[in-house]
Formats: sequence, structure tokens, C-alpha cells
Amino acid sequence: MISFILILIVSAFFVGWINCAVSNFSGRKGPGIFQPIKDIIRLIKKGSVYSATSSFIFRIAPAVYLSTVIVAALFVPFGQEKAFLSFNGDFILFAYLLGLGKFFNIISALDTGSSFEGMGASREALFSMLAEPAFFILLGSLGLLTGYSSFYQIFNAIHYTFSVTSFISYSIGILAATIFFMLGIIENSRMPVDDPKTHLELTMIHEVMILDNSGFDLGLILYAGCLKFAVYGALIANLFFTSLFPLYLNVIIFFGIQYLYAVLIGTIESFIARFRMNQNPQFIFALSSVAALIYIGVMILIGKFS
Amino acid sequence: MRNYITIKNNETIPFNTIPILKYEEFLETNVSFLKDAHNHCVSYFAFPFQNKLRLICCIANDFKARIKLTSAEIETNAAKVYPSLTACNLNFNMFEREISENFGVKYSDHPWLKPVRYSCSRFDQSASISNYPFYKIDSEELHEVGVGPIHAGVIEPGHFRFICKGEQIQHLEIQLGYQHRGVENLFLLKNNLLQRTLLAESIAGDTTVGHTTAFANLWESLCGYEPPDDLQFVRTLALELERIAIHTGDLSAICADIAYQLGASVFGRLRTPIINFFQNWSGNRLANGLIRAFQNNYSFTTELRDELLKILSAYEPDFEEMSDKLMHNPGSLSRLEKTGVVTFEQAHSIGAVGMTAKASGLNRDIRASHPSLYYRRMDHQPVIKHHGDVYSRTQIRREEIRQSIKYIKSLLKNIPDVESNKRLLLNPKQNSFLISLVEGWRGEICHCAITGENGELIHYKIKDPSFHNWLALALAVRKNEISDFPICNKSFNLSYCGFDL
Repeated sequence: MISFILILIVSAFFVGWINCAVSNFSGRKGPGIFQPIKDIIRLIKKGSVYSATSSFIFRIAPAVYLSTVIVAALFVPFGQEKAFLSFNGDFILFAYLLGLGKFFNIISALDTGSSFEGMGASREALFSMLAEPAFFILLGSLGLLTGYSSFYQIFNAIHYTFSVTSFISYSIGILAATIFFMLGIIENSRMPVDDPKTHLELTMIHEVMILDNSGFDLGLILYAGCLKFAVYGALIANLFFTSLFPLYLNVIIFFGIQYLYAVLIGTIESFIARFRMNQNPQFIFALSSVAALIYIGVMILIGKFS
Repeated sequence: MRNYITIKNNETIPFNTIPILKYEEFLETNVSFLKDAHNHCVSYFAFPFQNKLRLICCIANDFKARIKLTSAEIETNAAKVYPSLTACNLNFNMFEREISENFGVKYSDHPWLKPVRYSCSRFDQSASISNYPFYKIDSEELHEVGVGPIHAGVIEPGHFRFICKGEQIQHLEIQLGYQHRGVENLFLLKNNLLQRTLLAESIAGDTTVGHTTAFANLWESLCGYEPPDDLQFVRTLALELERIAIHTGDLSAICADIAYQLGASVFGRLRTPIINFFQNWSGNRLANGLIRAFQNNYSFTTELRDELLKILSAYEPDFEEMSDKLMHNPGSLSRLEKTGVVTFEQAHSIGAVGMTAKASGLNRDIRASHPSLYYRRMDHQPVIKHHGDVYSRTQIRREEIRQSIKYIKSLLKNIPDVESNKRLLLNPKQNSFLISLVEGWRGEICHCAITGENGELIHYKIKDPSFHNWLALALAVRKNEISDFPICNKSFNLSYCGFDL
């Protein structure tokens, strides 16, 4: 339960941290870190406008999207603290819950009948499809390494009970963190895959899909994005908790890692240009090969290659 | 006897010295002019004159700095069908579409006659912006994407219709005319010089200096007034400053379109002191009020010179560092290079001008080919690039900024004394024709004026470089990804209102 609460807290200023980093790097003062959540609250107070051509799908999609992310967040453990929901194979449900939210987002974009949103939906569908193997190869390998199949048990085994503390297990941890990091960027449509700041519909991926959403609905979608960041950040943080520290120190590690994650995203957004759209699939698919490296590392650790 | 007359930039000639040819001869002459690679069509227009329609075609020879004029008379009778010049050379495409829209001239073999801007006095009043004849496809595999007329960044309105195969653009059609104000007619209606100057300032908000200079040069020549050095100095300086300011802003916008945050914010910051200098000088950041015919309300003092030198010395190192970073960043290079290519052949055949032409290896720069003002004393070498892609257009901006800084520094060494603060009111010559060409930051600006019996304007024709270059954008994006359209569009940065007039 503690992890869920911490995720909720971090979600309130994660995007604020990113914006803060970007503003600093470009020499501006920038808005405060609570500005994104204030914007969301402002939006949630407003009513929504619906086009006459859209059906009920368009109306329920934002709520479905946010609720899937909330439920997915319940699966994330906090070191030795069990997650709110935890059972064998829960990471599969986790992945497909996020997938379900995305699916509703895509069909609601198609529901509007706009040619832009159709384009955005097709891009989003393609890119998340390509990102999926990386997640499953990673979690599959970790499962193979530890012999468990739930988030809680896998993370616990890696850090608390698993006896192998060679360099390889650390490098696996770092590679896994890289994958979660990149997955978080792709899932949230940030640079270099997508540019959240652009006003140009033709180049957008995620933003263009929510062009027709307004007020309350838009607030839900934006909040779901913040929450998703915090969820991925929490998964990364789980790779770095250790039983050597008391709980409060782990909480500090959790916030530190989330902050580092946000600043890294801000740095990427400041100093590199966005990819050309046709390079994105290549880039995303390359994540799967990093995951495959982990798989090989795991095979070495459990002695398959000896 | 020659069937054309040759004039220089800003040279006033009696209107009746332009030879009137038969339409067939007119067509042949002008088409044969364009067979010479140094020639391009700067303006071709029609206006009603003595119950007939007078066509005037101005072909500029960039090598000899001369403009060849021919004219023809055709019946306003709508029943008659004429062969088109466009069928022989695409340079005339937009001009003939304009003539046909305004006067209902029918062409037998124009490849694609469509409305241009829906002027209020258009011939076919039933043609409206809502029934524009778009190119249509019947295919299950292609899809249409319509963008606009409301721009995503709420700048100016224009409608872009793409025909795409997946993410790839097959065809782009650009429909403009949403901002038509009837500027050319207003020039005839407003008979006060100040009103006309204000009109010239508002032709295209980002080219205030360019258009106003074209107008002021034209008006002074029409009144037989040779601008003294201080007027020429101010106009040249303002033109170069405007070039620096807009090019820097464009570099910022190009960086923003590829989401290169650092470049976007640094170039954005660098633009500000330049336009703020205009504010200090003339009280307006876009230099409204600075250029006036016969007079200069804001003389360039030595304090202003010191301030400008200080601004430029602060600008230069930051600009060099940032543009170096941009040109060496692999991520941005991969977005800019080979994107939105306009080949030399394409640029030449459609008669592209300005940066668009120069990026494709076509040497079209009025500062070198038809110089006026201080450019006559400079040995201006246009920046030419050869790949015609977004990267070339970015490089041109970078090098033109350096060039402009160099020119400004040499201009500032010798500030002419003020000679022109007397308020002159000269009257324009009667029955005259003249053409005024100025290289604005975007390219060649052309203003033509014809006066009548009492020296009143009977026709005023404005051509912004965008008039030629929008077609280049449509060609550039073919076979590109639709997500690269914004960056292509930005690299041209064409004017909507300069086109719509």
C-alpha cells in the first residue's frame, strides 16, 4: 500500500520536475513544479465538449484509461512491502491493463473521425506494439532468474534473498532500469519518440489523439500520464532498494530515483532533436535487443552456459 | 524594330513606350526570353485600359541587370479563348491563374487553372473559397488529410490538403486567399502618400522594411526624386537588420519544429535584441514608421551606432556557438538533411526566387542582380547552396546572417549626414510605368505602378516572393513523411498575407 501512496504523491509533481529541468537548461525560470497538477485540477473542474459524431466510446475512454493506470499502480511493490495486489503472473496483467487503457485511447481517437487522430492512433498502436516484447523479455528473464512470476517476489528475490551478487546481477539491474526508463518515455510519448510540446498535429503521436478531449476528460488523460510516469519510476526504484537500509531510507531512495528519472527526461528533451518518425520503430525495437542481453545474462547466472 | 523595351530597376518610363504586341507574338517573345537561363519572370499582370485588357509582362535578366517589358492588348470579351504561356513555361503559372481569376480570361491549354485568392472583384463571383476545386483521388489505399485553414499555432490561415499513402505524402495542394484585403485596390483608392505607405507596411507584417522600401523607392522614382545617401543608408541598414532578425527567428522555429529545445530558446533570445533595436530606433519592433518616401523621421545617430555595435558584438559569439551546435548535432542533422528537397530543375521551372531558389543552386538575389540603394556600391555575393533540402535553407539563413552583420559593420563606418528632413511634396509623373525590385529577407519583392493622365495611380501591382514559392513547398514535401511537413513549411517560411494581398 505504501508504494501506491508514494506513487500518488510523486505523480503530483513528476511532470513539474521535467518542466523545471527543461526550463533550467534553456535558461528560463519556468513554472513551479506544481503547475501541471494545478492545470489538471483546473481542467477537472471544467465541463467537457463532445462532437456530435462521436459515440459513447469517446466519453468513457478517458475514465477507462485513468482507471487502468490506477489499477496497474496497485501491482507495484515497495521493496519488502507487498503491493496492494500481488499474485503469480501479475506482471502480465499489469502490462495488459496498460494495454487496455491504450486500446481505449486509440479507439476513442478513431471514434472522432478526424484524419489527424486516425494518424496518431495508427502511430501509437504501432509503437506500443513494438515496445511490448522488451517488457516481456525483461520480466520473463527476471522470472527465470528468480523462479517467481509476480512483481513482488521477483524484486524481493533480486535484492533480498537472491544470493548471487556478482557484477552480472548489478549489470542486469542497470540494463533493466534502462529498459524501464525507455519504456516509460515511449509509453508517455516523450522525446525523442514524441514531442509533447509541439503544436503541430501532423508530427504528434499521443497529443493528437487527445485533441478532441476537453475539460474533465482531458484532465483525466493528463493525470493518467503523470501517474504512468510515477509507476515506471517506481518499477525502476524497486531495482535499487536494498534490505541494508531501513524503510525511511528506501523512501528517500524512491524519491531520489524518481527525481533523477524526471531530470534525465528533461535533459534529453533539452539537448537532442526529436527522431524522424520512420526512425522510431527501429529505436523502439532496439529496446528488445537490450532485453535479450538481459536474457543472456540470466542464462549465464543460472549456469546454462557453463 | 525591337518588340520589347528594356528598363532598369526603379527606372520610370512613359507608359506608351512599352510596345504593344499581338497576343501570339507576345506569347512567343516572352517564352523565348525565358529560354535564356538568366531570365525569369518578375511580374506578369493585366489591367483594364481603354476598354480593353492590357497585359504587361516583365522579364528580368539577372545577368545584365535589365528588365524587358512587353505588352499586349486582349479583348475583355469572355468568349475568346487564348493559348496560355504556362503551357510553354511554368514560370507564368501563378500569374495566368491570377489574370484568369480577375478578368475571366479563358486559356485553351493552361495545365491547371484554379482560383488564386478570391479577390472581391473576381470575374466569377460564384467561385468561392468553399468550392475550391481540389484534386481528388478515388483510391482505397490513399487517404486525404486536410490541415487548416486555422493554423495549429494560430498564425495565419491557409488550407493544406495532403494525399498520403500511409505516412508518405504523395501530393499536397495549398489553398490560400483567406486573408485577402484588396491591398492593390486600396493603393488606388487611398490617394494620400502616408496612407499608401502604411498600406505598404502592412502587406506582410514580417517584411515591413522590404515592402515599404520597395514602395518608397518606387514613389521617389515616380516623382523624379533621387534619394540622398542618408535615406539610402537607412533603408539598406533596416533591410539587413530585418534579415538578421527574421532569419534568427526562423532558426529558432526550425529548432522548435525538430524539438531541439536548446536551439529554440537560444535563437529566440538572440532575435530579441535585434528587434528591440528597431524599437529604440523607430519606436516599433517591426520597424513600422521607419521607412518613408522623401524623408526619414528617425535619423541614425552615433549613439544608435554604438548601441547597434554593442548588440552585434554580443550577438555574434552566441550565434556562432549555437549555430555550430545545431549544425553538428547528429539528431538535428538527421532531421534536416535530405528533407523537403527542391531540385534545381524544379526551382528553375517554377521560377522560384529568394532563399528557396538559392538553396537549390539558383542564383536569384536582387541585391546582386538588380541592385538599388547602397547595394550598388557593394559587391554582394549571394549565398548559394545546392541540395535544396531543409538543411540548405538552414545554412543559407546562417550564412546570410553572417553576411548581413558584415554589411552592417561596414555601413556603420560611414554614416552619411542628414540631408532629407525637408518635407517634400512632389507629384508623380503622368502616364508613367515603373517597376521596383527589392530583396527582402524572403526574396524578391516587386512593386509595379502605372500612372494616368493627371499623375494618379491607375494600377498598382504587388508581388511578394511567396507568390512563386508556395508551389516549391508543395513540390518539396512530395515523397516525404507527413510528419516532416511542418519542418519543411518552416524552412520556407512563406507569407500568407503577402500572397493573399
